[in-house]
Amino acid sequence: MIRLLWLIPVLPFASALILSLIGSRLSKRLAAVIGVGSIGLSAVVTILVAIGFLAAPPAGNSYTQLLWTWIDVAGFRPKIGLYLDSLSLVMLLVITFVAFLIHVYSAEFMIEDDGYARFFAYMNLFVASMLTLLLADNLLLLYLGWEGVGLCSYLLIGFWYRDPANGRAARKAFILTRVGDTALSIGLYLLFTHLGTLDIQSLMQRASAQWPAGSSYAVVAAFLLLGGAIGKSAQLPLQVWLPDAMAGPTPVSALLHAATMVTAGVYLIARTHVLFSLAPSAQLAVAVVGACTLLLAGFSALTQHDIKRILAYSTISQIGYMFLALGVGAWQAAMFHFVTHAFFKALLFLGAGVIINALDDEHSIFRMGGLRKELPITFWTFLIAGCSLAGLPFLTAGFFSKDLIIWDSWSAPQGHALLWAAAITGALLTSLYTFRMIFRVFFGPIGIPVTKRPGYRMTIPLVVLGILSVVGGYLMGPLLEFLHSALPSTIEAHTGALTEIRSEAIAGLIFLIGLYFSYLFYVQKRNWADALVAKPLGRSLHQWWFADWGFDWIYDKVFVQPFIWASEINKNDFVDAFYIGVGWLTQWLYKQLSSTETGRVRWYAAGMAAGSVLFLAMVLFK
Amino acid sequence: MFSLGLTGLLVRRNLIFVLMSLEVMLNAAGLAFVVAGARWHQADGQVMFLFILAMAAAEVCVGLALVLEIYHRFKSLDVDELSEMRG
Amino acid sequence: MEVAFYIAGAVAVVSTALMLTRLHIVHALLYLIVSLLGVAVVFYLLGASFVAALEIIVYAGAIMVLFVFVVMMLNLGAPAAELEKHWLTPGIWVGPLVLATILIIEVLYLVRGSTASLDAAGIVTPKQVGIALFGPYLIGVELASMLLLAGVVGAYHLGYRKVEKREVQHGADTHERRASAGGDLVLAGADRSARTP
Repeated sequence: MIRLLWLIPVLPFASALILSLIGSRLSKRLAAVIGVGSIGLSAVVTILVAIGFLAAPPAGNSYTQLLWTWIDVAGFRPKIGLYLDSLSLVMLLVITFVAFLIHVYSAEFMIEDDGYARFFAYMNLFVASMLTLLLADNLLLLYLGWEGVGLCSYLLIGFWYRDPANGRAARKAFILTRVGDTALSIGLYLLFTHLGTLDIQSLMQRASAQWPAGSSYAVVAAFLLLGGAIGKSAQLPLQVWLPDAMAGPTPVSALLHAATMVTAGVYLIARTHVLFSLAPSAQLAVAVVGACTLLLAGFSALTQHDIKRILAYSTISQIGYMFLALGVGAWQAAMFHFVTHAFFKALLFLGAGVIINALDDEHSIFRMGGLRKELPITFWTFLIAGCSLAGLPFLTAGFFSKDLIIWDSWSAPQGHALLWAAAITGALLTSLYTFRMIFRVFFGPIGIPVTKRPGYRMTIPLVVLGILSVVGGYLMGPLLEFLHSALPSTIEAHTGALTEIRSEAIAGLIFLIGLYFSYLFYVQKRNWADALVAKPLGRSLHQWWFADWGFDWIYDKVFVQPFIWASEINKNDFVDAFYIGVGWLTQWLYKQLSSTETGRVRWYAAGMAAGSVLFLAMVLFK
Repeated sequence: MFSLGLTGLLVRRNLIFVLMSLEVMLNAAGLAFVVAGARWHQADGQVMFLFILAMAAAEVCVGLALVLEIYHRFKSLDVDELSEMRG
Repeated sequence: MEVAFYIAGAVAVVSTALMLTRLHIVHALLYLIVSLLGVAVVFYLLGASFVAALEIIVYAGAIMVLFVFVVMMLNLGAPAAELEKHWLTPGIWVGPLVLATILIIEVLYLVRGSTASLDAAGIVTPKQVGIALFGPYLIGVELASMLLLAGVVGAYHLGYRKVEKREVQHGADTHERRASAGGDLVLAGADRSARTP
């Protein structure tokens, strides 16, 4: 059963190939069947593989399936191999299942679009690349999947390519992740040069054997890998592409930019955790990046009015939590939060898609209102997801995972009180903006009337994900136990003034505070929020946070403008002059030569005579 | 003789003169052949001259017909007028 | 014997030179005929009597006569002579003379090695030539005859069209267009039907 592992990425690949070659000639129904069916089959195979893995765990709790040797040059032999252990199995299960639900949803969401088959081709290619990334047993294959998801992200963000703004957003995403990818590839070169292999398991063994803790090679390599993860997961300072990536269709935002692609960075760090353990400064950097990002994104989310942008900043913030967990050494907590986050964030995005569709493409929450009665299923599932995101105690999965991270940021060996404080503040912000969104959209008088109601293909995934958002929390024990075989468990290094119960209590309290304040500002006294913003301090803060703490402006001034200026100056550079000169020389020669073609017989005869004279002379007087 | 014919070809602009200079050149070549044949006491030189003669005859035929054609078209026999293939 | 050779040779060269510099075309033709006769004498003196006869009959007799006919047909009179005078500037002789001189020098250099007097040349009889023609050079003979045939057909074809054009010269517009169709009667017919009201 485990041997079916290779089918998992291959099925979506095949489907993407079919759809891209003949998709435009298929009926929409058939294209949807192929597109959704391949992911469904992949999910089924994943379940079978999981059953096989769990029933008869292979030796060392990992299973490697070598398909073929990719390159064989001068001792560099990466293979196409699939590596299955508990970490990749968990991610596989979550990703195939969530991807399947999102595909079912988008079968109805995108039904009116002309590029229906193209959409599914891109989505399937994306899922295939992501699965390749997850199952890769060497870093080069992982990089292949990494690039593949980057490409599909570009294709899908700019899916409605006729609007140039979408193209710009897609390019922005691609370029920024490219910065990260460059760092990652330099890291790969470094690792290969010094350790002689890119196979992940042997890499980790050699690293821990050859490099002492804190060695500069390990630190540099870890920082470079972190750079790649930052780019792909939209953390500080490369987070500016994710809010703009909301220009793509909502299922894309749900799949790529909530559940899957942005967690690739988290997966990378978790996979190479040995390397990060050898480089404490890099690990600290991971934690600091995570903490800063979650705060920054939380403040920005508080000021947005586009519902998808709120969710985008929320995603950035939650992945900051995952980075924070990785940074303090709470590997399993990070993966647990990934699992729950995939459920509730995808649900939030799908719900937002339903709302946007129902209100005829309206994105601003300030124009919505009172949808509680109009879209009941959406309301209840959205509410569940929102509570999960904010961390409603005991009832939601998000509570368990987020609180585990908050507790570990205090108690783990690399934990620190400041990190705990950041995490708690982040929880407050999360609660605030989540309920701001919910109260604004679903409560109060009706803003825009509902024109379209979702069909069963859109509501059933919502319901399923809603159930998972609640139930997922109770998986914590077995899940952490299961992940133990791949990731080291976190020991409680220091407790001090705080115990786990107290930390959870504080977190629960924060949730309620946030809920109360949101209620106050957005249901009861709606003018208080406006009054706050009207004051000069409030207004400048609001604008600053709205513009993502000015990062776009900084990048524009520091990178974009100088680059444009330099390329303007260099428009007619000397290298060009060389090529133009070649062309000019050719033309000049041509003119000279063509002037010998006078068309006059006597001229030609003279030419022949002169030529024969020369020839004779050469023969005679040599 | 050959050089004289060549000079005439290069200097004169009248088409007929050009053709006549050509004849002179052919004649000179044939003379060379015959002399060579006589030197070695073989008939080959004369045979070659015969062939050259036949060729000259055919060439004159076609050439003069073309001259008439050209005169009719361009209304002049200036060789330099016939330079439409310049580039 | 040698004297006769030198005299005949001088006559040929001088008359060729004179031919080149004449203004009137018929004068030049006549000088050319004289040159050819001189060459024929040289041939005879070399012992190639067959070729000498051939030169006179074919070259001077047929080819030159052809030239004369064409010149007469073209009717180039005094204006042509004027034009020639206009063209033949002294400066124009320089380049070609230089080339020709270099050529002569080269050829002389080539032949300076071999010395053979006229007496050493034996007579090659027509009989020998005939045997050579029917023997090793048979194919050449056939090819030469085909060449002549081609020349005849070509000249006929070129001349034929010219005659037709001249006949309809004084026609109306449509006739001229018909002629310019190049003898293609189908196209001409279509053209005429398009134009005639």
